[in-house]
Amino acid sequence: MNHEIPGDAAWSVPVRAGRTVTLTALADGANATVLIIGADRLDRLNIPDTLKSQMSARIKPGMVLMSDRGLALATVIASTLDWHDCLTGALPDRLLLLELTKHGFGEADLHGCIHFFSKVAVADDPRASLAYVPDHAHAGDTVTLRADQDLLIFVSTAPHALSDGPAAGVAVQLESPSHVEDPVLREEAVRALRLTRELIA
Amino acid sequence: MTITATTVALDSVVEAGDGALVSVPAGGRLRIVDLHGNQAVDTLFYDAHDIDNRYSAFDTIREQRAVFLTTGSRLISTRLDELAVITDDTCGRHDTVGGACSQESNVIRYGEFTRHQHACRQTFLRYGAQAGIGQRQLTHNINFFMNVPVTSTGGLTFEDGLSAPGKYVEVTASRDLFALISNCPQVNNPCNGWDPTPIQLLGWW
Repeated sequence: MNHEIPGDAAWSVPVRAGRTVTLTALADGANATVLIIGADRLDRLNIPDTLKSQMSARIKPGMVLMSDRGLALATVIASTLDWHDCLTGALPDRLLLLELTKHGFGEADLHGCIHFFSKVAVADDPRASLAYVPDHAHAGDTVTLRADQDLLIFVSTAPHALSDGPAAGVAVQLESPSHVEDPVLREEAVRALRLTRELIA
Repeated sequence: MTITATTVALDSVVEAGDGALVSVPAGGRLRIVDLHGNQAVDTLFYDAHDIDNRYSAFDTIREQRAVFLTTGSRLISTRLDELAVITDDTCGRHDTVGGACSQESNVIRYGEFTRHQHACRQTFLRYGAQAGIGQRQLTHNINFFMNVPVTSTGGLTFEDGLSAPGKYVEVTASRDLFALISNCPQVNNPCNGWDPTPIQLLGWW
């Protein structure tokens, strides 16, 4: 299916294991803030575990998005961008909270999120200072995730909290390919995928 | 000028791998002392009157426009309330990106042999239960005294600590808080200098 989320909106969608989700920026400076909850409706995307197990401070292709309890939620299969911010959190977002509430979740589930299409640069100074990069994403930029277990994906298109630009829409395309090859992954990501496939996928 | 008298309300040692749930009233000062050096102290803060209003690592990072925590860092909640401020720090910087170790993440990072090693999130769940803090209420914590360099090229590593015996960090509560503390038992990376050691908690209120 295809759906275009307008700017400053929120949406949620169930995604079966094995399906792919492609997000496409519909204008320059788009932002897609994403929360993911796993098949058991408790196990959530855990940004610190995702980062430390793959030695990265950003989300990029070839990373597995990991849950609180050490399972693979989704794999970043491809992207036109090699930096998606995940260090700066989301402002309180009434529409995103409503989407969580529709599925029986709430404020307690506002965990660390990914800001697809946004980049916040890190300086090599004593405090690792941050600066939003305004010209990072352009219309047509994409990122594709493969669901590695049944997921609920929550998307907000509110502008990035550090951006002073206008909100932009994001297109979502769900597909059911017969097989998606694993990208090149670190050993830790391979372990998470293997465990997930053995247990629940 | 009004001088408000405070007394030592808390003075206890938390052994390596153990934890604590501390009620800190608004205005109270909680000091964590790294008695032997290079000991990660995983810490979460909650509004004592509404635990859904809890520490948010990534809102805190965004609001201060910097990754590392030190003196002056305002610890921000998911509702953008100021829960506490770091008011003294002899270590220099602290991590809030690296999260807490869990048995499950240890398996992913180090292998199946770590499955039944003790981990911070076990401690959080054990001590959090008395305040109604369960799995859904656990979030991304502060790692006091832990060194997790983040670079301009987007790299992130766990490295030997910058701390040393007797270094301490102090927070002043901006409202009534629960501080949920796990004195990290991790032995598979350098976050505790490969040798977890006790810490001291001091409180004035």
